[in-house]
Amino acid sequence: MPETVELLAQHGDDAKILAGGQSLLPMLALRLARPAVLIDINHVRELAGITVNGGLTIGALTRHRAVERSDAVAAVAPMLAAAMRYVGHDAIRTRGTLGGSVAHADPAAEAPMVMRVLGGSIVATSVRGRRTIDADTLFQGFLTTSLEPDELLTEIHVPAGAEGSGWSVNEFSRRNGDFALVGTAIVLQLDDGGTIAGARIGLSGIAGEPVRATSAEAALVGAAPSDAAFAEAGRAAADAVNPTSDLHGTAAYRKHLVDVLVRRGLREALARAEGDR
Amino acid sequence: MTTQDVTIRVNGVECHATTETRRTLVDLLRDELGLTGTHVGCEHGICGACTVLLDGEPVRSCLMLAVQAADASVETIDGLGTPEELSPLQQSFRDSHGFQCGFCTPGFVMTTLALLRENPDPTEDEIRHTLSGNICRCTGYQSIVDGVKRAARAGLGSNAEVLR
Repeated sequence: MPETVELLAQHGDDAKILAGGQSLLPMLALRLARPAVLIDINHVRELAGITVNGGLTIGALTRHRAVERSDAVAAVAPMLAAAMRYVGHDAIRTRGTLGGSVAHADPAAEAPMVMRVLGGSIVATSVRGRRTIDADTLFQGFLTTSLEPDELLTEIHVPAGAEGSGWSVNEFSRRNGDFALVGTAIVLQLDDGGTIAGARIGLSGIAGEPVRATSAEAALVGAAPSDAAFAEAGRAAADAVNPTSDLHGTAAYRKHLVDVLVRRGLREALARAEGDR
Repeated sequence: MTTQDVTIRVNGVECHATTETRRTLVDLLRDELGLTGTHVGCEHGICGACTVLLDGEPVRSCLMLAVQAADASVETIDGLGTPEELSPLQQSFRDSHGFQCGFCTPGFVMTTLALLRENPDPTEDEIRHTLSGNICRCTGYQSIVDGVKRAARAGLGSNAEVLR
């Protein structure tokens, strides 16, 4: 790893880190990226692996497939494991890495959205030292993060879920494994009386970066979980977003999907929260 | 032009090549090793035609640089049966009319090989989920799924060597 960050310090903006390559290689093939230098980190063994320490510390080079199949991830952050099922296809997940997905910051990708909803953070390492960046300040827009050109994303931290909370991950795409038109990641927390004590709703595919549906979250806190409350949250979430129209779907269609997926995801999260109480 | 010497075990045979560092694995297999069974479709990871197994796991050979496969073991469709004697898995596809133009076939067969080695008796949902990463523009999906089911029914996956 010292050699890697040394190379990054030397080449900076001219270099791209090659992790799993499942986004970078297509960008090279399409000439959307033309870095002068590729730094392949696949042999930097200390960058891969999953450690349980209350929450999880996941090495940046850990493959999607390993996260998907990890008993530790399933126990501590099951939302993250479930989200991996939506990442491309088997032959993408065998190579693609969690750190690569987070650093690439595709607004339709799963890992950035889940990181924001779970309140995760990353460790950035450079010759200047290490620093922690919260997911809330990491994602700065389309394919853009607050990582400096000489910084390598080395670790991902995910806190454990609170007691009495339930989660869900949903996506809608036109073909299985495609990028999501809209994706949702939801954590719903109930108090002892069954009232909603906290709600975190993440949305992918509708802005330049993964966003939280804060108005919907605020509307839920203090309410009794009900279809009516969830319908109001779905409407609030849809009202708050301004997606664009493209070949794959109109803005109105994406807003409709936000409404439907938030309602559906809240029901699933509630079922898990009630099972956990 | 930067080149690098690599040794890759391809279908059980140790292969040495001096290759450009910018070259993808599929181009090395086809152009330098002459193994043209693996097909190049979209060249950016969408179609699945170039799927090979890297140390037993399915990967897109268009989304890997050849130098990244150094010292690894690669399996391609060329290592399965011969035109005179198809492998049992290829025969299952053929018996189900799972080939049309055949362009996507190497990717489907290699994806299925990985699936059945790990899960010898997949459900139809599992088969469709796994094959969703491969595109057949003749749209012959039903007979391809049938071919996988036929191979599973024949118990090919429970003796993984037999698949080849």
